[in-house]
Amino acid sequence: MSAFVNHFAFEFRTGVRNKTLLMMNYLLPLGFYAMMGLVMTGINPLFLETMIPAMVVFAILVATLLGLPDPLVTAREAGIFRSYKINGVPAFSILVIPALTTMLHTVVVTVIITATAPLLFDAPPPANWPGFVLTFLLMAFACAGLGALIGVISPSSRMTVLWSQLVFLPSMLLGGMMLPYSMLPEAVGKAAQLLPATQAMNAFRGLAQGLPADFDPQASLVILLASGVLAFGLALYLFNWDRRNTTRRGHPLLALLALLPYVMGMLFA
Amino acid sequence: MKDPVIKVRGFRKTYGDFVAVDGIDFEVQQGEIFGLLGPNGAGKTSTLESLEGLRAPDGGSLHVMGVDPARQARKLRNVIGVQLQTSGLPDSIRVDEAIKFFCAYHGVAPRYDLLDRLGLADKRRAQYYQLSAGQQRRLALALAVAHDPPVLFLDEPTAGLDVPSRVELHNLMRELRVAGTTIILATHDMAEAEEMADRVAILLRGKIAATGSPLELTATGAGLTKVSVRTKGSSLSEPSVTFPAVSQQVFKDEYSIYFSTDIGPTVAAIIAHVEAQEDTLIDLRVERPSLEDRFLEITTTGGAQ
Repeated sequence: MSAFVNHFAFEFRTGVRNKTLLMMNYLLPLGFYAMMGLVMTGINPLFLETMIPAMVVFAILVATLLGLPDPLVTAREAGIFRSYKINGVPAFSILVIPALTTMLHTVVVTVIITATAPLLFDAPPPANWPGFVLTFLLMAFACAGLGALIGVISPSSRMTVLWSQLVFLPSMLLGGMMLPYSMLPEAVGKAAQLLPATQAMNAFRGLAQGLPADFDPQASLVILLASGVLAFGLALYLFNWDRRNTTRRGHPLLALLALLPYVMGMLFA
Repeated sequence: MKDPVIKVRGFRKTYGDFVAVDGIDFEVQQGEIFGLLGPNGAGKTSTLESLEGLRAPDGGSLHVMGVDPARQARKLRNVIGVQLQTSGLPDSIRVDEAIKFFCAYHGVAPRYDLLDRLGLADKRRAQYYQLSAGQQRRLALALAVAHDPPVLFLDEPTAGLDVPSRVELHNLMRELRVAGTTIILATHDMAEAEEMADRVAILLRGKIAATGSPLELTATGAGLTKVSVRTKGSSLSEPSVTFPAVSQQVFKDEYSIYFSTDIGPTVAAIIAHVEAQEDTLIDLRVERPSLEDRFLEITTTGGAQ
């Protein structure tokens, strides 16, 4: 337990100490929030309705998809996991602790956004706090799982950026943060359901903000939970201590199975 | 004789079609410093990493304190300490955090005293990337010995160290040996191996080309012993003067230098000749072939003995 707590404390401090992680965990989400609050609310007053969930989803996406994977890849490439293996650091801790500390950083950012947006920009606070917290936790869990999975399967930092952007950029455009889901063409909307951001924004609308959901918000929660469980399970299964002369337990493309709940949701929800 | 601490039998490691280690055997006794030498690609790293549990052997057996590294990882980590060649630490970890972190995973109290011992006390709050290469290696060593492992693997431990750090590290190794720690030392530094190791094995193309104490190895080679002589007069300056067992002779910086295959008769004849010429001996030095000479001889002749 002491080792886990020590490891957790070190990883949490790293999230602030490391300049790149500080940028991903705090500066970019909060800077973007301030900018959107100042600019977007003037251009599109309807944005205020979902400003808090949208900024929270953005913060989660940046921290988990852009911040979390690369340190995992870098550590593996630098032989740090070899040293961890020799000294008894379990693979579970290597994957789960950074994911948990990243989630904790997003909690801090979420508290800042939720506390200040009503005061600074007149954004409506969540109407249903338990729904808001539950949706936040499941979105953070699902995205942290995806981030860990990307870190595990990615062979290099360059590929990490590619994999991360494959989820991040469509999420920004189609995830319901900037543009409401209802305004998307039907086919594009269906495709957008493959993104965690779409599911989270739908759940936030229906379960937290007191707005009409675009599709079943409970199903969105189930999809996020299932995706998170699958992503973490796959990350642990595909985890490699060392890329040199070792064989993986499974092909990296198995990671696509983490998207299965979204596909099921798109087809049946 | 007690059971060896490390027992390697018919160990084989392959990567696809490439045979990195081809059925080697060796044993290491408790309290020994055992040098693992060889050129790049000889199989040292594969052997070390298999003993450390990082790789599974493709044949033969390995045991460290009776533990099979490939199958008993939990037991293994309590009996070995490893100073890896690569960094092994995140850039942002502080020195004191690293000690706390690794000691916690080994279930022992943090060994901050090692930081004083290894000259890192004033770097306690420094992050890993802020340390010099030598300081990073000293920290890696502190982490490797923090849980008092009975077996220690050191991979190029003095690479990048300045002279005082190197001396301090060698002193620490000697203390550990006296305390009963078994040390496997992989190094390219032949002087270090000759000075520190009780026994060495020279690996070549996946096989052990030679094994024994540094003294035994240097004695069994075809290397010539160098005899350098300086006299007051010119009794040795005449090229026609020859001595028994000398295969080559040169003159350099007022010294007559002879390369002998049999040192006894050569030295005796030189002294007798100088005395007979009523000359005075100023300096006489005998230099046996070094481990480095023997290593080069083995690696260039392909290990034929």
